[in-house]
Amino acid sequence: MRAWKLTPAAVIAAVLGAAAALPAAAQAPGTQFIGITGYRVGPYGANGAAFFSGFVDYLSLVNERDGGINGVKLSWEECETEYNNTKGVECYERLKTKAATGPTAIHPMSTGLTYSLIDKVAVDKIPLITFGYGRTDSVDGRVFPWLFPLVSNYWDCATGIVRFIAEREGGEAKLKGRKVVMLYHDSAYGKEPHPVLEAEAAKHGFELKLIPVPHPGNEQQSQWLQIRQFRPDWVILWGWGVMNATALSTAQKVGFPRDRMIGNWWSGSEVDTEAAGEAAASGYYAASLNLAGRDFQVVREVQKHVIDKGKSQTPAKLVGSVLWNRGLAAAMMTVEAVRKAQEKYGKKPLRGEQVRWGIENLEVDAKRLDRLGFGSMVPPIKVSCTDHSGSGLVRFQQWDGKKWKAVSDWMSGDRGMVQKMVQESAAKYAAEKGIKPACLAG
Amino acid sequence: MFYREAGQFRTSYAADQQLFAIRQDRLAVLALLAVAFVGVPLAANDYWFTAILIPFLVFSLAALGLNILTGYAGQLSLGSAAFMAVGAVAAYNLELRVPGLPLLASFILAGVCAALVGAAFGLPSLRIKGFYLAVATLAAQFFIPWLLVKVGWFSNYSSSGVITAQPMEILGYVFDTPAEKYLLVLTVVALLALAAKNMVRSAVGRAWMAVRDMDVAAEVIGIRIVRTKLTAFAVSSFYCGVAGALYAYAYVGTVQPEDLNLDLSFRILFMVIIGGVGSILGSFLGAAFITLLPIFLEVLLTFLEHRFNLNLAPGTTSMVQLLAFGALIVFFLIVEPLGLARLWQIAKEKLRLWPFPH
Repeated sequence: MRAWKLTPAAVIAAVLGAAAALPAAAQAPGTQFIGITGYRVGPYGANGAAFFSGFVDYLSLVNERDGGINGVKLSWEECETEYNNTKGVECYERLKTKAATGPTAIHPMSTGLTYSLIDKVAVDKIPLITFGYGRTDSVDGRVFPWLFPLVSNYWDCATGIVRFIAEREGGEAKLKGRKVVMLYHDSAYGKEPHPVLEAEAAKHGFELKLIPVPHPGNEQQSQWLQIRQFRPDWVILWGWGVMNATALSTAQKVGFPRDRMIGNWWSGSEVDTEAAGEAAASGYYAASLNLAGRDFQVVREVQKHVIDKGKSQTPAKLVGSVLWNRGLAAAMMTVEAVRKAQEKYGKKPLRGEQVRWGIENLEVDAKRLDRLGFGSMVPPIKVSCTDHSGSGLVRFQQWDGKKWKAVSDWMSGDRGMVQKMVQESAAKYAAEKGIKPACLAG
Repeated sequence: MFYREAGQFRTSYAADQQLFAIRQDRLAVLALLAVAFVGVPLAANDYWFTAILIPFLVFSLAALGLNILTGYAGQLSLGSAAFMAVGAVAAYNLELRVPGLPLLASFILAGVCAALVGAAFGLPSLRIKGFYLAVATLAAQFFIPWLLVKVGWFSNYSSSGVITAQPMEILGYVFDTPAEKYLLVLTVVALLALAAKNMVRSAVGRAWMAVRDMDVAAEVIGIRIVRTKLTAFAVSSFYCGVAGALYAYAYVGTVQPEDLNLDLSFRILFMVIIGGVGSILGSFLGAAFITLLPIFLEVLLTFLEHRFNLNLAPGTTSMVQLLAFGALIVFFLIVEPLGLARLWQIAKEKLRLWPFPH
């Protein structure tokens, strides 16, 4: 009995002792260490697993095929955040200490975590790349020098969707009097596009109704009842994880045509449409940052140099999916930014502030994209201090029941309006925080 | 041998009534405080401060708040995270809208705001008890974050509903490094814990315990049930509110009301249950168990994975960590249903007799 009573104490002592005695897992010296705050478990685990598998597979490809970036090998470590902000902050703090040069650049893959890290990265001098999410007004690099919402942001996406609707309706003049519902994930992510959509509604004279879905969104009867009463012409879906599939299957149940539903790029992956089922998802449109499919040189090379050699643990069905390809593209831009920074700072592992210069001066044009094997998977980008996104283009895809098919070319929404609103919003933030907008020198 | 009170005579009422009557306890607490205030800041690095120590202290304070309500006054609540949200948002708005208000004053006023809201949601406790009361407090958990997001004024019309905490400045000194934030949080938590320890020994605390043990009997001996229950709700929410303000200002830096969700309320409740219901120490032990153990397990598993070169599929360690964490919770609840604080008490009793148990 006495021994039994003492076991819990022994367990506590063993766990704490073991944990305290652990050294930080040392990273191989001389490599460019990349810290990854990823998630593969939890309600959004399926989405995270696809993205981060692609991300890691591309890093493996650079090591296996090219021997690193100009001879500097890459190393990385993934910390599981479960899409939870406080766990994400813990991961960030842990990864920060893992290598002398820091974690290179952080891809939080979560708008919430992005918000939690904004102040921290400025102190720690670590760039934050938010590839198609995050704080939209961080496009203004004079106010947000450490944030890079690369390619496109939510406001570009929202105005792009409005333009796409206008094209389907037969011109912007036809938007007047139409009814549009935006069904959104009730979080920072879902609220981000509201100001710009409201401005669009006022400009074009369509009626906009915003309907929130609470996390995680696996129950939407009451929302779709409201939608049925409102009788919208279009539904914009701004969901994430299980909410997307539920929206599609509930739309099927209430008989709302799926080819009148347009998702943003976090609502348009195979994870969503396959979970909803073929009948529920066919015809559904989604704006996209990148194309899906295996028909790209880079996908073939990953297959040849990484997957076929057993260097990857990616399930075969993820290869070529929307989010996996997006992971490849996100990793490619990080790698290219490091390459750019090496031109200035030398071919050695670089610190966060040096990589930041590399991202701010990053240019990947169509020719370079072809060389890298990406072709038309992503739009060309050219980042500058005043434009941290570098592109602003979106492209629309439609789910044909089996796969995503591109139905438009790369197009931009109302860039003029977005830029004006970005500057206003960034100026307001700068005033609130007492920041003097200025470009950081290299 | 080392831990026995033989020879320690109490010759005055003050000596008999002091917080820690045994000299060894007093020395141990002083040593612990010395380590926390002096030793830890000298030894710890930024990772320990920001990712381990500060969250541990913040959640300890929240657990302490819930322990006052659930452990001492016997009222089950599932709204702790919502009261934290009230505290966080109130502190933000006070700092934003009342120029020149000292930071600590806004933390206290944030606690007061949370206390008022808590007392309002405590009203149903006058008529309903037990699980039914838990359901009533669940309403707070759903209503408050919804309201904070719905009404733009609370977040100063931020488009995403996220509030960003202002820099912490006290008497012109800015607390911005992790070590300074840690010391500030530690001071607040230590003072509030001391206050709680004293409160539960006072008339108020004894009234709470009387109501917890049997409210009819308490009423018969002249304890005013209404006042007792509502003070328990108010004091508990005050602690949660201050914890929420610290969560916003010292820990995360930003608050999205949906982060302070039901899940967190449950976690705080589990801290109380695992740590020890009706124990100040138990709040700290429970917070340590729930917030720190997963991190330690994950670090341990990642280390083992690298050490033995196991090429596990990504995400496996997280799954194993969740399994191990769940198993440990079950293990501790079977071995000691009264919580870690009870375990500590048993250890102390054994130590008294050691090395010659009879």
